[in-house]
Formats: sequence, C-alpha cells, structure tokens
Amino acid sequence: MKRKQLNNLVVHALLILSVLVVAAPILLAFIFSTQTPAQIFSYPPRFSLGTAMLENYSIAWNQFHLGVYMKNSFYIAIAVTVGKTIISFMAALALVYFRFPLKGAVFTFILLTLMMPTEIMIVALFELVTKLGWSNSYAALIVPFLASATGTFLFRQQFLQIPTSLVDAAKIDGAGPLRFAWAILLPMSLNVVAAMAVIQFVYMWNQYLWPLIIIREGSRQVVQVGLRMMTSGQDATNWGIVMAGAIIALLPALVVFMLLQEQFSRGFALSQEK
Amino acid sequence: MDTHAAYKSRWLPWVLLLPSFVILLVFLYYPTIETFVLSLFQVAFLGLSKSFVGLENYKILFTDPDYRQIFKNTVVFAFFVVIFSMAVGLALSVLANQRVTGWRIYRLLLIWPYALSPAVAGVIFLFMFNPQSGIVNYLLEISLGVAPDWLTNPTLAMALLVFVAVWKNVGYNVVFYIAGLQNLPGEVLEAALIDGATPWQRFWRVTFPLLSPMTFFLLIINTIYAFFEAFPFVDLLTKGGPSNATNILIFNIYRDGFEYYKTGMAAAQSVILFIAVVFLTILQFRLGEGRVHYGG
Repeated sequence: MKRKQLNNLVVHALLILSVLVVAAPILLAFIFSTQTPAQIFSYPPRFSLGTAMLENYSIAWNQFHLGVYMKNSFYIAIAVTVGKTIISFMAALALVYFRFPLKGAVFTFILLTLMMPTEIMIVALFELVTKLGWSNSYAALIVPFLASATGTFLFRQQFLQIPTSLVDAAKIDGAGPLRFAWAILLPMSLNVVAAMAVIQFVYMWNQYLWPLIIIREGSRQVVQVGLRMMTSGQDATNWGIVMAGAIIALLPALVVFMLLQEQFSRGFALSQEK
Repeated sequence: MDTHAAYKSRWLPWVLLLPSFVILLVFLYYPTIETFVLSLFQVAFLGLSKSFVGLENYKILFTDPDYRQIFKNTVVFAFFVVIFSMAVGLALSVLANQRVTGWRIYRLLLIWPYALSPAVAGVIFLFMFNPQSGIVNYLLEISLGVAPDWLTNPTLAMALLVFVAVWKNVGYNVVFYIAGLQNLPGEVLEAALIDGATPWQRFWRVTFPLLSPMTFFLLIINTIYAFFEAFPFVDLLTKGGPSNATNILIFNIYRDGFEYYKTGMAAAQSVILFIAVVFLTILQFRLGEGRVHYGG
C-alpha cells in the first residue's frame, strides 16, 4: 500500500510539472501584458503584475484595432460553424437514410476532399476568389469553408449508431424524412453538434494564412492577422501591448473549448470508432 | 450498411447533398485541379500573361540548391515535430491515465493549447525568446551563463520552431492517446499483470503494440500539421531565416506566390505537397486495414 501511495505521489508530481510547463508561456504572457516597457525591460524581470494593464489592453483594442478584428473573427467563425453544421447534417441525412443510385461514389467524392487542405491550393483559390470579386469580403472568408468531409463523416457515424427501429417507427407514424430528421435525429445528435461547434469554431477563429492573403483592407481583417500587424510595426515593439493582444485573441476560442471540451474529447473518440 | 436507408425519393437526397456538392466542387476540387494546371505555366506579375512551360517549374524545383534546401528543411522540421509531439503526448497520456484522482482535470490542463492559434503561440514565443528582453535568455543566463541569439543561428532557429510547434501540438496527441488507452481491452492488460510483467514490459510489449493503429493515425495527422499549420510559426518567428535555414515549403509557397509573384513556382511546390499528402493518406488506408485493435 505504501508503495502505491509513493507511486501516486510521483505521478501527481510529474503531471503537475507538465501542466505548469504547458501553461507557463500563457501565464507569463498575461503577467507581461500588464507591464510598462520599463517594467518589461527591468533586470531581473518582474514576475508580478505591472501597472499598465488597462492601458495596454485598451491600446491593443483601439489603436491596433483588435476590437474590429475580433468582431470580424466572430462573424466568420459563427457563420462557418453554423453553416457547416447544417450542410454536413443534410449531407449525412441523405447518405444514411436514403436509397439512391451512385451513393458509394457520392460518399467517396466527399471523403476525397480530406486530402485537399486549403493551404495546398491557396494560389488557385486566390485567383478564383479574386475573379468572383470577393477579395476583402466576408464571403471570401466564409463560403469556401462551408462544406466538409469531417462534418459529414461525424454525423454519418452518429446516425449509423442510432437503431434502425427508430426510423421504422417514425415511418409507421407517417413522419416524412425531414420531420424525422428534425424531431428525432437532431436531438439525438447534439453531442456531434457540440463537437462540431468546438472543432469548427476553433479552426475558423485561428485562421491565418488565407485571410492574410485575401484580405488587404484593414476593416475586414481577422484577429490573428491583426496580431501579426502588431509585431511588424516600424517602432520598437512594445511587448506589453502585443502580449495584451495575444491574450485578447486567444480568449474566445479557449472559452468555447473549455465549455465543450468533454463533447470535444468524446466526439473525437467517436470519429475513431469503425 | 444500408439498413438505415428507409426513405426513398428521387430528388430529396440530391437536394440535401447539393450545398456540399457545390462548395466542394467549386472551392476544393476546382482549385486543386487548377493548381496542377498553373504549375505548368510561367505567370507574369499579377497573372497578366501566362505562358506554357511544361515541366520547367518542376525542373527548377529539383535542381535549384535553394529549393533543395527548402525540401530538406521541410523534412527535418516535420520529422522532429512529429517525433516529439507524439512521444511527449504518449508519455503524458500514460501518466494521466494512471487513474490518479483528478485525472480529468489533468487531461483538461494538458489539452487546452489545442484551442490556441499558432499565431498566438508564435507572438508569445517571439517575445519569450527575444534576446534583449525575453524571459528564456534571462533564465539561461542565470542558470547556465549563456544567452544564445536564437534567430540568427540556423540550428537554434530551427530548434525554436520545432519547440513551439511541439508545445502547441502535444495536447492534440494527448486527446487521442488517452482515448486510445481507455479503449484498450482490460483483460489483456490483466493477463500481463498476472504473468508478472513489470510496468515497463507491460507498456512496451502489450500497451504500445495495442496502440499501434492510434499511433499510425497520429503519425499522419501530425505530419499534415507540420506541413501546413506551421506557417504562422515561420512567418512570425523566423521568416524562413537566417539565410533560408528555416524556410519550409508552406512558407515558400506563400512567399513565391504572394511576395515574389511567381505563381507557377508556387503552384508546382503545392503539387509536391499535395502528392505527399495523398501518399500518406493511401499509406494510412493500406496499413490501417487489418492492424486495427479497437477494444470493446
């Protein structure tokens, strides 16, 4: 018994150490986000909160326009999360609950896009979106991301686990496919909806390369690229303000993740089941 | 498989699939094909004129020493990111899976960097590793008496990129490995316990082989992460420098395509990356079959 306790103690110690290493950069970023340049450059460094917290955050928000960029990021992240969830749900509904010709080919067509990350085609996508006249618009940041193999696959896996007796019963009761989807399928798939919400929100919130290329106008830019602009100014960087910007930019995705992390972990486990 | 397909309609399934079809066709299939086409052209500034050059762009890619350096960097970077992300992720998962009290909280505190963007991680590390005011050099100086200039030394710059990419990505591996560990068949582990195997033997001879499907899946996912999602790290921390030492393919595609306006060259490099991804995916399907040990 003693040995087991000692063992447990070692495990706890190692875990706490790892947790601290994981958290350290963010904790430090927060501390320095409250300091004035003089406090940041002091030697030895101060590991306590500084006196410029309000000032740094307000400068990052107003003068570096993170407030505007945050609004844009929210807009596109929510639009894509909602749109992609609906579109994937519809596709999975067709694939699981309907009999129609060429079904296997359709599923393959969707799955193959797993091999086509946006980054691979940025040159051609840039030309296409520019020709459509969408540069500097929300459409450029939203529409190309509205469909996904991952979402369709997650919903399909979920539907396949729901007993067939339910759909048979619904049919006997005279419920058409859309009524069945709305009244039975959707409430039974809320865990997948939650997993989709966290995966897609985080993915869109963290977009960087594509907005950097397609958005050339400040008023439509997203928050991650806004951070980049803060570090590339002409003057000596005021790191306190940049760290304030980093903390602001990470909070929304982190909050969504924390709220839905249980569904996120389970949703992923689900996608792994054969 | 088709037992769920209770409904029959000539048009409704196609209506339901239409939005997915249109988006995937226009914004994924078409640009992918167009990338192949563009890679055969030399495109003048802003696409004003295009001239067909056949495989010329690829010839340059494989003979120019600068491009060869970029391929080498990409492989080195991906190799170390994948190995360290997975090894650390597995080690932490085994620790967190010891059924100590509060393992759920430990899991949460280990996986939350998943929600951080590479850009946020990038700017924070840029500051921490800053030679003048960064905290890392302060700590190194008081403990070891050294204050390296991270961004001007080729090896250190690459090491820094690998470090930040791994730090950001370990949590993702923990999510999957913990799920994998919890799905392991209990009876096999108990049998090993009864046979008197030491924890070390139990891990390498029983647990690790049983996790092999998960390991293989993560190998692919981590490689794709290193290929594509590392762009902000390079863009914010090193800009590919010093002297191309940390220039990896995805960063060079951006640079050729949108700073130097060499669209054809950027497209050719995209095709190379695409082929690598297709190859990895096929490998995953091939090797994944028959070797899958999902418990329960």
